Amino acid sequence: MSKNTLYDKVWDSHTVAKLDSGQDQIFIGLHLIHEVTTPQAFGMLKEIGSGVAFPGRTIGTVDHIIPTLSQIRPYEDEQAEKMMAALEQNVNEFGVRFLHLDSGKQGIVHVIGPELGLSQPGMTIACGDSHTSTHGAMGSLGFGIGTTEVGHVLATQTLALNRLKVKRIEVTGALGPGVTPKDVTLRVIHDLGIKGGLGFAYEYGGDVFDTMSMEGRMTVCNMSIEGGARIGYVNPDETTFEYLEGREFSPEGEAWERGLAYWRDIASGDDAEYDDVYEIAGESIEPMVTWGINPGHSVGISQPLPEVGSFAGEDRKTAEHGYDFMDLRPGESILGTKVDVAFLGSCTNSRISDLREGARLLKGNKVHPGVRMLVVPGSQQVKQQAEEEGLHEIFNEAGAEWREAGCSMCLGMNPDKLVGAERSISTSNRNFIGRQGSPRGRTHLGSPAVVVSSAIAGCIADPREMGEQA
Amino acid sequence: MSTKRIEKIVGKAIPMPRDDIDTDRITPARFLKSITFEGIEKALFCDERENTPDHPVDNPAHKGANMMFVGKNFGSGSSREHAPQALKRFGVEVLVGVSFAEIFAGNCFAIGVPLGVASADDVNELIKQAQEEPETRFTVDIRNATVSYGERVISIDIQETRQKAFLAGTWDMLANLRGNLPQVEEVAQSLPYVTNFESEAQ
Repeated sequence: MSKNTLYDKVWDSHTVAKLDSGQDQIFIGLHLIHEVTTPQAFGMLKEIGSGVAFPGRTIGTVDHIIPTLSQIRPYEDEQAEKMMAALEQNVNEFGVRFLHLDSGKQGIVHVIGPELGLSQPGMTIACGDSHTSTHGAMGSLGFGIGTTEVGHVLATQTLALNRLKVKRIEVTGALGPGVTPKDVTLRVIHDLGIKGGLGFAYEYGGDVFDTMSMEGRMTVCNMSIEGGARIGYVNPDETTFEYLEGREFSPEGEAWERGLAYWRDIASGDDAEYDDVYEIAGESIEPMVTWGINPGHSVGISQPLPEVGSFAGEDRKTAEHGYDFMDLRPGESILGTKVDVAFLGSCTNSRISDLREGARLLKGNKVHPGVRMLVVPGSQQVKQQAEEEGLHEIFNEAGAEWREAGCSMCLGMNPDKLVGAERSISTSNRNFIGRQGSPRGRTHLGSPAVVVSSAIAGCIADPREMGEQA
Repeated sequence: MSTKRIEKIVGKAIPMPRDDIDTDRITPARFLKSITFEGIEKALFCDERENTPDHPVDNPAHKGANMMFVGKNFGSGSSREHAPQALKRFGVEVLVGVSFAEIFAGNCFAIGVPLGVASADDVNELIKQAQEEPETRFTVDIRNATVSYGERVISIDIQETRQKAFLAGTWDMLANLRGNLPQVEEVAQSLPYVTNFESEAQ
């Protein structure tokens, strides 16, 4: 059993009671809500006549259904309009703070939490969205929950949970040129498998994480759930504190000092014990791209696609299904695979550093005429920052579409979707069948650099071969 | 919010061989735009069913089944409760598989759908039995943690905490959680970020 890790410390200090079921009742420090997974939960509150127990610890925004082109109400999609109206009514009725479109602070929940300083080290953070693991980058325990559980948090600010084991993932050394945090997370999932994290929280550490930016850490923690781990975190350090200082909801003055003391104390101790440790040499990581139908189906971009025989048992059937659905063959190179759509966005890669990287590589180039490229900032603040830096002009000049903030083409809940059997290269997090809105649509996941190099080439291309730019 | 004891489920089974069936496949995202769960069962595997003429869910031989046998890592991906809701509303009262994704398992527990875990060999046997003799009546016994048909009895793992709650009829955790509200307040007051350095904005 793990001992004295950040996970253990936060879990223990947030335990309210041992329930008869044997589960722990855990206090939730921050509850983020959005339009999709809350209407039934508020319905439940009305049914039992309960209010929101800690409205000050709950904050809402809108991200999944929001169109990124025209946001004029009522939305063309009647269901989206209804869903939006339901959220507006619920936050009003229950007194929950809501970052609406006119706030200038709306965005994908997992982008705005850290951006506003809402997500802080040593907190428990829950949201009805599996990518809540993102907030682990702040040194918190963030995890996704279902709608009934959203109701539990609204009514009691707690959840009934089973304690997880802790696996330390140590990435040593340094990353090579053109290799990014997205490649690190894809490599972890490649090595440990999409079921490898079941029952675990991942603690990421080692030289590569020590020197990684906060936004890079968010990208990695974001995809913990794709490896089966409900929680992924990085211990808070000076990089964390530097990022937090001066943000809207960060403490100030003396309170800041008290915050620092708690945050330093909550990190895993030198004597921490883990249930398991896995090590990867940073130098061995290549730009990664997925070829199949789950995020574990990935390959180093210069490597031949894996033989089906390299998969055991049922995984072999899934791999065969993946090759068949994606219309690719083992042994071939993924490079040169023609793409129709390039998507730079989502809670994985839509922050300012992602957009800067995309713009840097796109500058002076054109998106291939056969490719439709969408660039979708993760929040209104990211959008504003990017425009102040003139990034949007670079995207527009290159022939990409510069959009409003939202989840966009990560999932088929808004107008941004693949059509028919279109093939996309995408910075999002899931290459599941149908994920990008078309049942026959095909998705390849990669870093912002891979997405941009591929958008320019019209086919999957290695960003390291873009000459001096990469 | 009625809650009931769940001790035994008897009936036919839908076999769903294949690993890593994610919640996007169980309920595609476009069906998440409703503000109620009503009718969500219509979304169950709908894209897959459209493209698979002999999909197990549509196979008339499995009509009326109230359990499902599945592979490894069932319910991976998105946290959408729509997936277990669709299964439950379609009539699936229990699932037996090799493994289940974490959030999916939590959602199933929250809405009173037990999950049983068995070895890959045992699950394959169950899947084969349901495929070859779809009229077979299986019994999932929550107390003894078994699934049986004819003379055959297979042990399954049911997470102990959840097993207890199903048997006691206390799986709807809300009442339990609400009962501890005074302690919740105490824990809140003990957390530095609630009392010691809360920013004004919060």
